[in-house]
Amino acid sequence: MNGAIVAFCCQHSAYPAADLAGKLGLHYPEALRIIRIPCAGRVDVIHILRAFEKGASAVLVLGCEDGACHHITGNTRAKERVKHCEMLLKEIGIDGRPAVMFSLSPNAPHKFVRVANEIEMVTRELREAR
Amino acid sequence: MIIAERKPMAEISRAVAPYKKVLVAGCGTCVAVCWAGGEKEVGILASQLRLARSAEGNEIVTLEATVERQCEKEMVMELRDKVSEVEAVLSLACGAGVQTMADVFEDKPVFPAVNTTFIGMPESEGVWVEMCGACGDCYLDRTGGICPVVRCAKGLLNGPCGGTRKGGKCEIDAGKDCAWVLIYRRLEKQGRLDLMRQYNAPKNFRAVKRPGRVQAVKA
Amino acid sequence: MVTPFRETLKTKDFIVTAEAAPGKGSNVAKTIEHIELLKDKVDGLNVTDNQSSVMRYPSVGVCLLIKEHGGEPVLQVTCRDRNRLAIQADLLFAYSRGVSNVLCLTGDSVDVGDHKEAKQVFDLDSVQLIHLVHTLNSGKDMAGNELDGSIDFCIGTSASPSSDPLEPQLIKVEKKLRAGVSFIQTQAVYELDELKRFAEFVRNIDQDVKVLAGIVPVIGVKMAAYMNENVPGVFIPQDLIDELAEAPKGTGVSKGIEIAARMIRQIRDARVCDGVHIMFIGREDRVPEILAAAGLV
Repeated sequence: MNGAIVAFCCQHSAYPAADLAGKLGLHYPEALRIIRIPCAGRVDVIHILRAFEKGASAVLVLGCEDGACHHITGNTRAKERVKHCEMLLKEIGIDGRPAVMFSLSPNAPHKFVRVANEIEMVTRELREAR
Repeated sequence: MIIAERKPMAEISRAVAPYKKVLVAGCGTCVAVCWAGGEKEVGILASQLRLARSAEGNEIVTLEATVERQCEKEMVMELRDKVSEVEAVLSLACGAGVQTMADVFEDKPVFPAVNTTFIGMPESEGVWVEMCGACGDCYLDRTGGICPVVRCAKGLLNGPCGGTRKGGKCEIDAGKDCAWVLIYRRLEKQGRLDLMRQYNAPKNFRAVKRPGRVQAVKA
Repeated sequence: MVTPFRETLKTKDFIVTAEAAPGKGSNVAKTIEHIELLKDKVDGLNVTDNQSSVMRYPSVGVCLLIKEHGGEPVLQVTCRDRNRLAIQADLLFAYSRGVSNVLCLTGDSVDVGDHKEAKQVFDLDSVQLIHLVHTLNSGKDMAGNELDGSIDFCIGTSASPSSDPLEPQLIKVEKKLRAGVSFIQTQAVYELDELKRFAEFVRNIDQDVKVLAGIVPVIGVKMAAYMNENVPGVFIPQDLIDELAEAPKGTGVSKGIEIAARMIRQIRDARVCDGVHIMFIGREDRVPEILAAAGLV
């Protein structure tokens, strides 16, 4: 898991988008680890922290766009939890490891790939800055 | 119920700095309800400590456990085995729980990870407000069910003070209501303002001689 | 010979009191200057008690200075810093040294002062304090013990006629009146109608109580805005703020004094209440101007 970019992907949006990206042969980072979840709202703060404990360099939570959540408020909750996680990491002086939430639609493979590549660049820059 | 808030992280880190193996112990009652020290919070704090210490190159091993009520000796004793494996205990319980742990496991350093703040209730989701000061001499019969001892910032029994802000807010915190204005409105609603007109003599501050002790009898 | 305040209250037509604030430190030179300046121009000189929860030289200390310099002190006592034992003891001491007027107050919270982590006492509130002084006056302490050497304080208290909401305040004022006070010094008032209504309210319950209107000169628009926003129980009306705004630059203090003097005249001419209590914190040296402009000297 060392250096991995963990991506929790909602099965209604991000996961199909990732799948489509794969089928189209779009390039996304080697380090990306896709974890399929029933809803972004299923991700709890502890999952993000544990991902970092296992060596992840960044954690992405990818869910449905505003108003499109199949569980109504799952994506909203995920956003709040990711924000809370930012604070928890800052508290212990770990701000070189980003945890970020993104929204996308199921047929947005290009957005998926863009997000993944951006995060990879950010983690690389942070690593080099140290 | 008892409300507590997690201590600043710096304090917690400093407390466990000398130790390599600690038990992070939660309580499933009051502190779990107010999101300060239940099983979930134990998991998060333990993870934070592991991450922080790993980044320093000074790993810490954490055991995690949450009992139903940390203020009960019998329940705390269930943690005996785990406690024997660690150098210190970080308790997320209220002060009563921390001290029960410290009394039962006398040879182990026990540290509080939360600050116990007051007896209160939820005003709205996640917002807790102080209601009772455990003064041992309840005045709620005289004030329409609103406590003048803790909800009035100065604990006045013949309020309000001259500091009430416009609209009936407290001198000390414009976000808080003046308890005596609340009392006035409540008693007015009930047609019992005569209660507010009554003089309340100085309080018996020794109604509970601290440290308090009560012998209850089971009916 | 200084007339005891108790007598002045009974005999004088229009009563005037002012404040001599203690300083922060054991140096009392400035305080003495203010005492000398004001003692003969007013009927009573109040001394504040750790005013605004800022630690200062004690009220009883300045009261003694006032006595030494031939003035008539009014000892202000709050409930914030002392419990019932300390308050009773302090009153015995003050009386034994010739201080015989006391103003009973609740006291500001420590949050507004400079020792914000201190424990607030509030063993008593202002109403209970008034009862306490009566008890001591009757020759007993609060626990019912006979005193060896009694006291006889003239008791006063404060009130906030501009409080919003007003009814709860009035209920408390009524409690204070029923406990028995000889005089009330109000918080700063800027509207005569409000003051008139308050004075009537007091008279209906106890016609012997003297009401002294609080006069705090406002020296600028900023100060007015600050007070309206931050000082509880005080309300400066718009027409006054407009008048201040029109004053030429640099004349703020004079304008404030002019307005204050005008208000005092109006109160006196219309006999709205029994006198005034002038508070000009930090500018005690300008109080004589107010008195002169109001025709009180």
